[in-house]
Amino acid sequence: MTEVTVYVPRDSAARSVGADQVAERIAAAAGPRARVVRNGSRGLLWLEPLVEVETPAGRVAYGPVTPDDVEDLLDAGLLDGAGHRLCLGPTEEIAWLRDQTRVTFARVGVIDPLSPDDYTAHGGLAGLRRALSLAPEQVVAEVTDSGLRGRGGAGFPAGIKWKTVLGAESDLKFVCCNADEGDSGTFADRMLMEGDPFTLIEGMAIAAWATGASEGYIYIRSEYPDAVATMRAAIDAAYARGWLGKRVLDQDFTFDLFVRVGGGAYICGEETSMLESLEGKRGTVRAKPPIPALEGLFGRPTVVNNVLTLGSVPMIMADGAEAFAGLGVGRSRGTQVFQLGGNIARGGIVETAFGITLGELVEGYGGGTRSGRPVRAVQVGGPLGAYLPTSRFDLPMDYEAFAAAGAMVGHGGVVVFDDTVDMAGQARFAMEFCAAESCGKCTPCRIGAVRGVEVIDRIVAGENRSANLKVLNDLCHLMTEGSLCAMGGLTPMPVRSALTHFPGDFGATSEEERR
Amino acid sequence: MEDLGHVDPAAIPILADELNLSKADVHGVVTFYHDFRQSAPGRTTVRICRAEACQSVGAAGLVEQAKNRLGVGLGETTPDGSVTLEQVFCLGNCAIGPSVQVGDRLYGRVGPQELDRLLEVTA
Ligand SMILES: Cc1cc2nc3c(=O)[nH]c(=O)nc-3n(C[C@H](O)[C@H](O)[C@H](O)COP(=O)(O)O)c2cc1C
Ligand code: SF4
Ligand code: FES
Repeated sequence: MTEVTVYVPRDSAARSVGADQVAERIAAAAGPRARVVRNGSRGLLWLEPLVEVETPAGRVAYGPVTPDDVEDLLDAGLLDGAGHRLCLGPTEEIAWLRDQTRVTFARVGVIDPLSPDDYTAHGGLAGLRRALSLAPEQVVAEVTDSGLRGRGGAGFPAGIKWKTVLGAESDLKFVCCNADEGDSGTFADRMLMEGDPFTLIEGMAIAAWATGASEGYIYIRSEYPDAVATMRAAIDAAYARGWLGKRVLDQDFTFDLFVRVGGGAYICGEETSMLESLEGKRGTVRAKPPIPALEGLFGRPTVVNNVLTLGSVPMIMADGAEAFAGLGVGRSRGTQVFQLGGNIARGGIVETAFGITLGELVEGYGGGTRSGRPVRAVQVGGPLGAYLPTSRFDLPMDYEAFAAAGAMVGHGGVVVFDDTVDMAGQARFAMEFCAAESCGKCTPCRIGAVRGVEVIDRIVAGENRSANLKVLNDLCHLMTEGSLCAMGGLTPMPVRSALTHFPGDFGATSEEERR
Repeated sequence: MEDLGHVDPAAIPILADELNLSKADVHGVVTFYHDFRQSAPGRTTVRICRAEACQSVGAAGLVEQAKNRLGVGLGETTPDGSVTLEQVFCLGNCAIGPSVQVGDRLYGRVGPQELDRLLEVTA
């Protein structure tokens, strides 16, 4: 009797809908016939728990599987990849997955996240090996040529940032990974850390080599206990293999890596606030300049990049800058890991080249709403991103096109709302969120957001509507102009877009709507 | 803090002394982060996601339901000390919300019945 490999994700989204129980039932019922591997999630989250079986013809998928389905599935011949009402066919041929271009997420869901052997068998370390065979300047040039831009929100070119750090004189430099992922509607950082943690470690080691850094920190939000545990276990395994520590891969290169856990504050995702928090202080935003690349952690030159930015680097170094730069549109090169969430029929991870339209994501991949009602609004780019109506579904996912439309791609989160949504309520929430999460340094943000909530309440209640609309508009202007960071500076984006595209929800008269 | 689950205001001068910081510095850190509480939490902390993606699939209803059932507001602990109810802005489970975290454990697609079941177990 041969042992069959069965994959049941350990990703916390899969676990949140019963993957642990499914894995236990399979292990108990199949006994020695099955070897259960806890992989990352393939990202087809509406089908979780998604179980895969290794067959001579490749992996076959089943989902969503409940614990109570397990017996029936095994009876039907799960271990042979047999047909069943939950069978989705060969995993790689599921159109939703097949049509994507998985670069950063190439290994997520495929491998056992904590197996170093699985990692190297699937191309892991090729990027770091190549980087270490090149001079730091050459690595920086390659990352610059790839066109990789920061995935944390602002889209700043990674190569330029690295070049600044490389050029800074210091006997101690740092690489800090921003894994605070505070944007609602985003979960790709988490899924990469839980599904392919060695990729992030490799990317950080490459960044360290390229910039002359010797110490790294991964700042993970406390809301992600599974990601923290997985990253810590992966770092231990990497040390044991000589992928971290003194003489990385037997080269003259030392890199030490540590995990730090956040304290539940959204603003700590802002890079200077994160650095303050890493230093053990209140996460108050620092004024720039000096930029972190020159005076970052403990005043030393520091690379700060998002998980997806650093996680894309191994592939870029392994396959070359051209392969990455060959994907995308305009100045948005490569792939973006879009995250479809909210009221959506088929939510999850869609990694594809920049340039796909919003409509293709929401209607095509997403299949419209989960409730079955019409889509009314979509918020792109997290809590500071704009609300867009379906009439803007033609917008290509591209930093510049979104900026021109008064919106932002941000960290790639796409949150769908059906026609029951109250957009004045959403605008009010944006202000409420800003009031709750402001670091308190600047008045327009700290006080303005509190005032914003009150003003929206008055507008909706019909009190002095036109005067209060003007107050709201002035307030938005003040926050945009007078805030030190994007927390206060961008909160007006969801508010204004809601007002512009959905004026009727603010009790507007038809005359006002026409204006 | 990880063991006790809170930082008693009375401990701030002691911490400040140990860490060679001013009392104001320690107070500043403790009050800044949502995770630092100044009173003991309940035996279980239930966090309901109130961010946008979960709003779109009914998070507001869950918050009301939990408040009514437990008889406490957000950020409060039941009188018997069993449950602390909190709001959270995103748990990274936005495709299959509404999301709720009980202790360290994440739950997705939480409907009214599922929430009742979760609250029953913690009570
Ligand atoms: C309020 C606020 C919150 C932010 N949150 C995050 C976050 O959670 N994760 C992140 O990577 N970047 C976040 N950023 C962006 C960071 O400041 C910074 O631009 C980013 O970490 C740089 O990395 P990148 O160039 O690789 O994107 C935030 C910015 C602001 C203003
Ligand atoms: S805009 Fe808000 S969050 Fe940003 S520095 Fe100013 S007060 Fe702090
Ligand atoms: S918005 Fe609720 S889990 Fe992300």
